[in-house]
Amino acid sequence: MATMTAPSPVGAAADGCAAPDQAAPIPASVDLAKETVITGVVTATSGETVGGAYVRLLDGTGEFAAEVVTSPVGQFRFFAAPGTWTLRALSRQGNGDATVTADRGINEIGVRVG
Amino acid sequence: MSRDTALVSADWAEKNLDAPGVVFVEVDEDTAAYDGGHIQGAVKLDWKTDLQDPVRRDFVNKAQFEALLSEKGIGNDDIVVLYGGNNNWFAAYAYWYFKLYGHGDVRLLDGGRKKWELDARQLVKDAPARERTSYQAQDPDLAIRAFRDEVVDAIGSKNLIDVRSPDEYAGRLLAPAHLPQEQAQRAGHIPTALSVPWSKAANEDGTFKSDDDLRTLYADAGIDETKDTIAYCRIGERSSHTWFVLKELLGHESVKNYDGSWTEYGSLVGVPVALGDEPGKA
Repeated sequence: MATMTAPSPVGAAADGCAAPDQAAPIPASVDLAKETVITGVVTATSGETVGGAYVRLLDGTGEFAAEVVTSPVGQFRFFAAPGTWTLRALSRQGNGDATVTADRGINEIGVRVG
Repeated sequence: MSRDTALVSADWAEKNLDAPGVVFVEVDEDTAAYDGGHIQGAVKLDWKTDLQDPVRRDFVNKAQFEALLSEKGIGNDDIVVLYGGNNNWFAAYAYWYFKLYGHGDVRLLDGGRKKWELDARQLVKDAPARERTSYQAQDPDLAIRAFRDEVVDAIGSKNLIDVRSPDEYAGRLLAPAHLPQEQAQRAGHIPTALSVPWSKAANEDGTFKSDDDLRTLYADAGIDETKDTIAYCRIGERSSHTWFVLKELLGHESVKNYDGSWTEYGSLVGVPVALGDEPGKA
């Protein structure tokens, strides 16, 4: 919760914990050689994308790591670490899961709900 | 405190939308959610701009809190019902804050914005018009707020609870996984702190688990109920969620939230830090 003007070395913490805009481009400050980005789209059984779905990232033991709300066209994005992760989506159209083994860079994975 | 006085269900909220003396307050960091649709009559609090001092790293003082609530049209006698996104993290933070400044009757909406949305309950876009009040706050109740020196002294003596994700606790991640990870401070946890992620206290729709499940959770984790407890996370909002569970739902006597949390502790010079999945030694 460092404020915008805090002269501390924790600059990135000023972003707080709220879910960033899931449709926005990855900020230029994000180093994709270091970050493990897990991103994708939530779709319904009809094939339509699901905006406003709650997507949570679970670690290899099934423990919660983070949660975001999908953009109007169903996009989500996490900054994780290399390894195996589960995505769990809740929506009014139903729920669904997907598993991904992620490496550094961008890892794309879709989640189907219904 | 107990579940009956600290928590309201979505059904209760829906029946009391127009009840006199009940004020719904949405608390978020990203207030775009509120602007896109909120519970009818709810006023908006922005976690960053309304509740944090704009210059120093601290939250707003008593006079600033009084001015804020007066401007929002919240009176001392109102029942304040807080809710928000992020599984009520910021709403729980605001709850702790309302308690700190001595508000009489404040409650959390179980499940927050997520359950409300998943239930397809009504959201509106009109901002409410509330008359200005003259809100009077109490002096801050420091029995529920921990500062860094007390936290360092608590190593090996009080219950320290780290409520971040296991990877943050162990030092494998520096921030929750929906945020970029580049940060300057050290990774890890406060030695002897037990890892009890906040998420273990909640169901996936954001509602709290039953009192019995919650009692079992903290007993199994090794919390000693005869000792004082300090909860922390990264910036103090997830630990407000756990503070709420321990103090307000389970009625533990002495529970403090360390709002400086890891962004302060992990940047302190000379303090001990533990890495890995075990609590470590004092």
